[in-house]
This record gives sequence, structure tokens and C-alpha cells, in this order.
Amino acid sequence: MKSAHQRLVVAITATALGLTAAGCGASADSAAGQSTTALSGRGPITLAMPTTDIKARQPVVDAWNAGHPDEKVTTIDLGAAADQQRQLLIQNAQTKSDQYTVVLLDVVWTAEFAANRWVKELDPSRYPIGEMLSPAVETATYRDKLYAVPVNSEGGMFYYRTDLLEAAGIAEPPTTWEEMEQDCKLVQATPEGAGVGCYAGQFDKYEGLTVNFAEAVDSAGGEIVGSDGKPNVDTPEALTGLTTLVDAFTSGVIPKEALTYQEEDGRQAFQDGKLIFERQWAYMNPLAGATDGSSKVAGKFATTTIPGIGDHPGASTLGGHNLAISSFGQNTETAGDFIAYMASKEAQQSTMESGGLAPATASVYDDQALIAKYPYLPTLKKANESAVPRPIAVNYGDVTAAIQNQAYAAISGAKTPEQALKDLQADLVSITG
Amino acid sequence: MTHRLADSRFAAALVSPTVLVLLLVIVYPVVAAMIQSTYGAAGLDEETGFVSDSEPFVGLGNYAAIFGEGGARFWNAFVNTSFFTVVSVSLETVIGVAMALVMNQALRGRGIVRASILVPWAIPTVVSALLWKWIFNSNGVANAMLGTDILWSAGGFASQVTIIVADVWKTAPFIGLLVLAGLQLIPEEVYEAAKMDGASVWRRFVSITLPLVKPALLVAVLFRMLDTLRMFDLPYVLIGPRKESVETLAMLVQDQASNVRYGAAAAYAVILFLYVFAVAFVFVGLLGANVVDDDARPRQTLVERLRRPGPSRAGVQS
Repeated sequence: MKSAHQRLVVAITATALGLTAAGCGASADSAAGQSTTALSGRGPITLAMPTTDIKARQPVVDAWNAGHPDEKVTTIDLGAAADQQRQLLIQNAQTKSDQYTVVLLDVVWTAEFAANRWVKELDPSRYPIGEMLSPAVETATYRDKLYAVPVNSEGGMFYYRTDLLEAAGIAEPPTTWEEMEQDCKLVQATPEGAGVGCYAGQFDKYEGLTVNFAEAVDSAGGEIVGSDGKPNVDTPEALTGLTTLVDAFTSGVIPKEALTYQEEDGRQAFQDGKLIFERQWAYMNPLAGATDGSSKVAGKFATTTIPGIGDHPGASTLGGHNLAISSFGQNTETAGDFIAYMASKEAQQSTMESGGLAPATASVYDDQALIAKYPYLPTLKKANESAVPRPIAVNYGDVTAAIQNQAYAAISGAKTPEQALKDLQADLVSITG
Repeated sequence: MTHRLADSRFAAALVSPTVLVLLLVIVYPVVAAMIQSTYGAAGLDEETGFVSDSEPFVGLGNYAAIFGEGGARFWNAFVNTSFFTVVSVSLETVIGVAMALVMNQALRGRGIVRASILVPWAIPTVVSALLWKWIFNSNGVANAMLGTDILWSAGGFASQVTIIVADVWKTAPFIGLLVLAGLQLIPEEVYEAAKMDGASVWRRFVSITLPLVKPALLVAVLFRMLDTLRMFDLPYVLIGPRKESVETLAMLVQDQASNVRYGAAAAYAVILFLYVFAVAFVFVGLLGANVVDDDARPRQTLVERLRRPGPSRAGVQS
């Protein structure tokens, strides 16, 4: 414990002199860079993950610890903000600290961590990769090699108010944007639905905007990065997608204030009964369904897949988390076993029940007992299967910043959609060069 | 003569630990940052797909990029930073002096007034940013009270107003506190004498309070200016990163560092350092803010100066 504490002090000192530490990285030894899947050593390890994940995953970790007294796993809290977690993980790697053994990575970080050799390449035969949803596995690979193992996989879902639709005499939820806009007019014409906003997603200038922009583009049949890895966003399809969002803001289909919405703001609005439709992750299900008075829509909503634009089926953006082994961690043999355990069907089912996280294991979605308990599972499976990964890039931070800059300029009215996509294409070409 | 030389050697030996510490904690990081700013980001090897272990030396390339392709973003941040500094510090000065005048009155419950005025200053910036974020939420208190539906955090002038309000709220007490310390050094007799001569309240404020409190006020304003030039956490938490209208120079540093481009981050940091240095230099030079006055004269000398040709009390004081 003391040595862990000392290492922390070293890490903090190095962070304080951050610029200096980065300079030292210039003379790194190349041993850490060997592309090998070999693991070594058994003993206690650590698992670094965000605050929200600890709540969901601690029960599973405790169960492992009960069965492995000599290979205990200690969880380390990386805080609540995604930016901060990535910073801590990068600082840890820069100082080559062995404080973290297993690290939880967001699906969009894999390429950066693999290319910098901050995480180890993994042997696919050791983990239950075959049982997992293939889009999720794709997010854990870099240049066709496995660097992480999915432990939850999320697709965006379309939440709708069953009571309001019923009051307006609408039997089925909309499957396209056009239907959604018509349904909104019908609902808003009823006494129950008067003054209720139509639709919202996450449109503040942060990662959520990248997710929502990508969904609009993909749902209109466009793409941000083509199958050849080259940016291809200045297309008529992508323009249809972005124009749909921009028009929705102009016409008031999306309330103006959604321009400041992150996940929690939109969830609050939906729970307060201010929205008919909302695009959200799975975690809103238990919260909006809470019957303790915190939600005004408990029992009055359901989920379906994201609506399409024009003739195209809706597509959701893939989210989720993967576990990886730090290149500088010790007792990696234990770490390998632990990741295989966390990726097992039983463990993923347990984290879904304790924390609402959507499993990456395909068979969980077909379990009839679970479907009876969580009726949104089939929708979530469809969302997962149709989900499109965000662009895979070593400098993903620059890619997502470019997307947010242009998408935000378009939806806030600072640029025309045409100009925004043209500029985005140019930015992405220069970034991915 | 030899005696004096031995003395000065002894003095140097006594001072050397301090000098060493200063070298280590000030000179070394500044020099290290300058050296770092001449290195670029490690490149990606297209063959292996791995990022290179070493960062290339690019000389002044990072600076060229800042003023070249990154020019629009840099100047936007530069203007924002300067704008926040001028507007916030001006408002803080006026409000802070007003607070100090209130706190200086021998009212009943003066202790409570002083303590409550200082509360905002005691709250960590990130926490106060989160509090203001709630207030300026689109469904928050600010819109409810004003009867508007302004999107405060969506960028534009509204976001700048948000930042200025939150910053003034938090730091006006700082100026108030330092000015209060200055006010308490002004002897009551000066005011009594002015009253006897029939000076109005305004005249007493302009001719006695302001000149006598000037040294303390200038130091407070200088500190606030240097602080505001480095503003980062308030706009980052309250409005968010990469929002054009509130992006400051310090946010550009963080943005580069978070994308693992420490060279570019260091270059921005060096430019910010030079800017802050220049502002401090000009401010001290023009207005004579007495921050580095290390001679033995206590602040009371100003009072003495005013009371001349009366007898000096300096000897009695020491």
C-alpha cells in the first residue's frame, strides 16, 4: 500500500511538472513496444474505472475476490468526467507507473491507446470474443489486432411517451423522421400534449454531439469515414442527415434549449414530461421508470429503435466500454484471467442487473427470463446490431473536436449545412492526413 | 574589508538554499517548458501503426503554427482573455471597493457582514462554476427571474456575460479584503480634519480614501489581472471547452496537452507566460504598483507623507 502511495506521489509530481515529464518520454526504451501477447505473473492487481462504473461493477469484482484470495482486484476511481479519466490514464502511461493493471477504456479510445502502446495486445483465444456482438468487438481492435475486450456495448434508443401517442390515436411509434414530425403535430393538438416539446437528443458541444450527428448522417445513409478509412462526409446523404437536424431546430421540432442538452439535461426534460420523443442510452430506463416520484413519466413511456431519415433505416452510434491491460502493469497473467471473467456472460448479466449497463454478450439479449424483466432488451439488441462505430483514429480527440465544431456551427445557425460539411471534410482530411 | 567580504560570503551561504529552491521550482520548469515547446508531436508510423517513441525537434515550428494555421483560434482566445480581464477586473474593483467601504464601517454585526462577503472567495472555483451552471441552465433561476429564455451556455455574448458575472461574484471579495486592509490603516483624524474643513462625503472619498488606499488597491488589481489572464476553470466548467466566445489562452494550453501534443501546449503556455509578464511589467511601470518594494518603509509612510510637515512617527513604530 505504501509503495502504491509513493507511486501516486511520483505520478502527481510528474503531473505537476507535466511538460517536463512529457519531454522525458522522448527517450523511452522500446521494450514496452514489443507486439507480443505474452502475459506474466500472478498476484493482486488493480482495476481503474469511472465512478459510475464502480457502482455497477463492484458486485462482480467482489465475487471474483471471494474466489481468488491471492489474486485480489482493487478498484481505483478515475472520477466522473470522461475527459478526466482519459487524462489520468494517459498520465499513468507517460510515467510508466504500474499503479493500474486493468483499465476500462471507452470504445473510442482503443486506437489511441493501442498505437501509443499504452495497453497490451491480447490473445483472442483467451477471451469469449466469439460470443460477443461483432460491432462491439470491432471497437476493441486496432489494425486487426485485439487490444481490449468489450464488457458493455450500448446503442442509442428512441424513447417515446405511450400515453401521449395513445391520446392522439397513434398506434405505432414512428419509424422515420417524417412520421415523427407528423405524430408530434397530432400529439401537440391534443389537450394532454399541448406545449410538450417534440424531440431532443444531446446537442451541446461535447462528445454527445458527435454521437447525435453521426446518427443523423448514418440514418440518412451517409457516412463520416468510408470503409477505406478515408473521410467521406461531404455527400448528399450526409447533407440530408445534417439538414434534418438543422431544420428540426429551425422549425421548433427540437426545442431551442436542446442546444445546451447533455445526457442528464435531456433525461430531466423527458422525466418532467417536457418531451414526446427522446434519443437516449439504456441507463434512462430504470431512472425514468422510477416510481418514487422522481419521474413524472413512470409507466408512460417505451423504447424503440432510432427513426430513419427518408428511405433509410435508422442507425444508432455505438457506445460502451472495453477492458485492457496496461503495458506497465504487473501480474498480467491474473489480469488476463480477470478480464476473461468480467467478459463472461454471467458477469455481464450481473452488471446489467446491478447497473443497467447493456451487455456485449449476444446471448443475454435472447434470455426469455431477462426479457420478461427488462422489456427493452430486444430494442437494445437491435440498436446494438445496427450500431455504427464512430471513426477509428489514433488522434480521435482531434476528429471528434472537428465534428463538434462543424456540427455545432450548423445547428446553432452560424453556418449552412453545406458549408459545415465541406469544412468538416477538409478538416478530417487534414487531421487523418 | 576582509571582515565585510567574509560577511557577504556568510550571507550568500545563508541565502543559497532559498536560491536553490527558487531555481528548482521557478527557473527549471520555465526553461523546461521553453525547451519542450521546440518539440512536435510524436508521429505515427504507417507501417507498424504505432506512435513513435520520440518527439521530433521542430525549432520554432509550434510558434509558427500558432500564428499561422492556428492564428484565428489564437487571436480569438487572446481577445477573449483580454476582454474578460478588462471587464471583470474593472467591475470587481468598483464592487470590491464598495464592499470594503461597507465592511470598514463600525456597524453592529460587522463581523457577520465581513464573513458573508468573503464566502464567495472561499468557495473553490470549480464548485462555484457548477453552482452558476445550475443558475444559468436554460431552465434555471436566471431565466426564471429575468423572464427570459436565453441559452446562456450555448456560446455568444450571453456566455461571456455568464463568465463575467460568476467571476465578479467570486473575486470582488478578494479586492474588498485587500482594500479593507488598506482602509484600516487610514487614521480617523484625517477624516475628522477634513470634516472640520467642510469637505463633503464624496470629496473625502476622492481626496483622502482613494489616494491613501491606492497602494493596496493597485496590488489587489494587479493580482486579479494576472489571475484573470490565466482564467481556465470557470469557462471550462461553466460553459464547456471549444466554445468560441469564451475560449481563453489557458484553455488552448489544456486542449493541446489533452491531445498529447505537449510541445504545442508548452508553446501556448510560453506565449501566455510572456503576455502575463508583459502586462505585469507595464502595470507596475505605469501605475507604480508597489509589489516588490522591499525596503524598510512601512505603508504608514503614505500617511506620514500626507501629514507632513508634522513629526515622523516612523521611529516610534519600529
